[in-house]
Amino acid sequence: MGAATEKKIRVVVAKPGLDGHDRGAKIIARALRDAGMEVIYTGLHQTPEQIVETAIQEDADAVGLSILSGAHMTLVPRVIELLSDQGIEDVLVTVGGTIPADDVPQLKALGVAEVFGPGANTQEIVDFIRERAGGVKT
Amino acid sequence: MATHVDMGQTRERLERWQREVFGRGTERDELFETISGEPVKPLYSEADLPADTEAAIGLPGEYPYTRGVYGSMYRGRLWTMRQFAGYGTAQETNARFRYLLDHGQTGLSTAFDMPSLMGHDSDHPRSLGEVGREGVAIDTLQDMETLFDHIPLDRVSVSMTINAPAAIMLAFYVVAAERRGIPPERLDGTIQTDILKEYIAQKEWCFPVDPAMRLVTDMIEWCARHMPRWHPISISGYHIREAGSTAAQELAFTLKDGLTYVEYAVARGLAVDEFAARLSFFFNAHIDFFEEIAKYRAARRIWARELRERFGARDERSLLMRFHTQTAGVSLTAQQPLNNIVRTAIEALAGVLGGTQSLHTNSFDEALALPTEEAVRVALRTQQIIASETGVANTIDPLGGSYHVEAMTDLMEQRCYEYFDKIDRLGGMVEAVKRGFPQREIADAAFRYQREVESGARKVVGVNSYREGNEHDGIPILRIDPQLEPKQIARLRAIRERRDGTATARTLQQLRLAAAEEDENLMPLLLDAARAEATEGEMVAALQEVFGSFREAPVF
Repeated sequence: MGAATEKKIRVVVAKPGLDGHDRGAKIIARALRDAGMEVIYTGLHQTPEQIVETAIQEDADAVGLSILSGAHMTLVPRVIELLSDQGIEDVLVTVGGTIPADDVPQLKALGVAEVFGPGANTQEIVDFIRERAGGVKT
Repeated sequence: MATHVDMGQTRERLERWQREVFGRGTERDELFETISGEPVKPLYSEADLPADTEAAIGLPGEYPYTRGVYGSMYRGRLWTMRQFAGYGTAQETNARFRYLLDHGQTGLSTAFDMPSLMGHDSDHPRSLGEVGREGVAIDTLQDMETLFDHIPLDRVSVSMTINAPAAIMLAFYVVAAERRGIPPERLDGTIQTDILKEYIAQKEWCFPVDPAMRLVTDMIEWCARHMPRWHPISISGYHIREAGSTAAQELAFTLKDGLTYVEYAVARGLAVDEFAARLSFFFNAHIDFFEEIAKYRAARRIWARELRERFGARDERSLLMRFHTQTAGVSLTAQQPLNNIVRTAIEALAGVLGGTQSLHTNSFDEALALPTEEAVRVALRTQQIIASETGVANTIDPLGGSYHVEAMTDLMEQRCYEYFDKIDRLGGMVEAVKRGFPQREIADAAFRYQREVESGARKVVGVNSYREGNEHDGIPILRIDPQLEPKQIARLRAIRERRDGTATARTLQQLRLAAAEEDENLMPLLLDAARAEATEGEMVAALQEVFGSFREAPVF
């Protein structure tokens, strides 16, 4: 175990768009915190600009976007584009919510690491983020 | 009535029976609790009935209304089958409404899109990608007129699910009817308006809590004077439950919200009997069958008691808790979606056995997207099967007197009053909401439930058990045409160009001035602004200049 892996993984859990369904986002935030990660929850109704700014300020290793409004094909590409505009390529981006299966390949092609749909297990999400975002940064 | 001696013997016999049957670990390895975590005994008996059963349940249509608000209940008239619908522009939703009426639906229910719920016009930067996605986009009076085109507004009861900007949508609706020659006193329907549960659970807001409560009270007051057939508010537990609450939390927070609106209206100077009969309710029907039925029965009893004893209501209609029910969206799974038809049928049955006045059954594809026409038809047919084939509507409150259901009804009532006490100690519901108390209780319950599912203690078919078949999940889902957003924006901009801009600006200025005066009812000013074709977003923005906006502290 090196020093790098002992550093807490920093995750921004974000709610882009206008929908108020925050049950899932809050559960994921708690589960990640209980798993020992540093969790920053943005709260509701965030614009892509606000989310990217939070990710930068918080020096996030991962950004989890929770969307249940159907606007994911507009808002997720915008977040990724803004991250890339800021020269940030090493932040892991995951998406959760009601995302139709047909949209998943397109989101992944844009750079989304994984999409977690309804019924996803929090342990599965914790493991994924730990494996993909843990120990990367020094 | 059993005597004390009989009861003692009964209890003794029961204890012996329980020792003999369950003494040697013969129970399944299972959580014997409701989905909300309430304990469930292996057997209920006479000993579990309320001390005075007759007084606790009475007769249907009689105080305390445990057995139903009307004497004849479904023997007289079935519940209203009211499917919630809305997507795209007003034209698409108008077509869906007419489809539902053609298929035997008896009332309409409007779902608005996220920008409309948040008070943003479709061309607001924050509306990007959200227009018409989760409901219909309504920006203007003209949109409202298109939405109800060819629908007889004086004969069909219409429900509108909108809260923070409810007063504005009601103004559009009243003016749309007025332009067809239908006066407000002939309009029959409901607008949700329940802003407290927005801060608690659904989280679609425009203004801070205090001015939002003033707007609600303005509407209740205006409707009491001008719309005798209209329900200006539908006090809603549905979203509280969907956000993860227990049944008892849903019951307690909803009733406490309702009592708070009554307090505000009385403080405004209205007599309780002037408006209480127009308050309506909206509950969830979750999958734990008996707990749900008990919840509805307890709700009627508590509401009647509080209105009579605390507010001194004399008109019997003020005591009746009439409610709409929707099956639990949150109980549906994306895995093996056809199973959702079964879940919905069981939940709908709980609503019917609980004595609901109207019912929405969810479609089996709703864990994935807005429903397709086929899925909506199956959902409506589910209600029609319950109504016409099963015979459950032939007798009133068929579970009344059941040891289990009566004991559960008492337990729900007890839990509700425990929460009332906690909320009162915080200074009432408005203060509790500002401090995030119900929000935290719900988040805790949601997390506890998720833990139980993930540990396998609570089984959900297709999610943590019986997963064979999950690989065939693909079903056709409704896609919203992305061209609807630019189309709606074009309609909106055309109206802004065409209208008399000076007149619009004048009504908006009058609205601002009135908003700054605390004792002015804003409804007449919103009606004037609607007549002058001000958009929803413009009216909300004008009010926000005076009231400010709202931001929740992000806690988890």
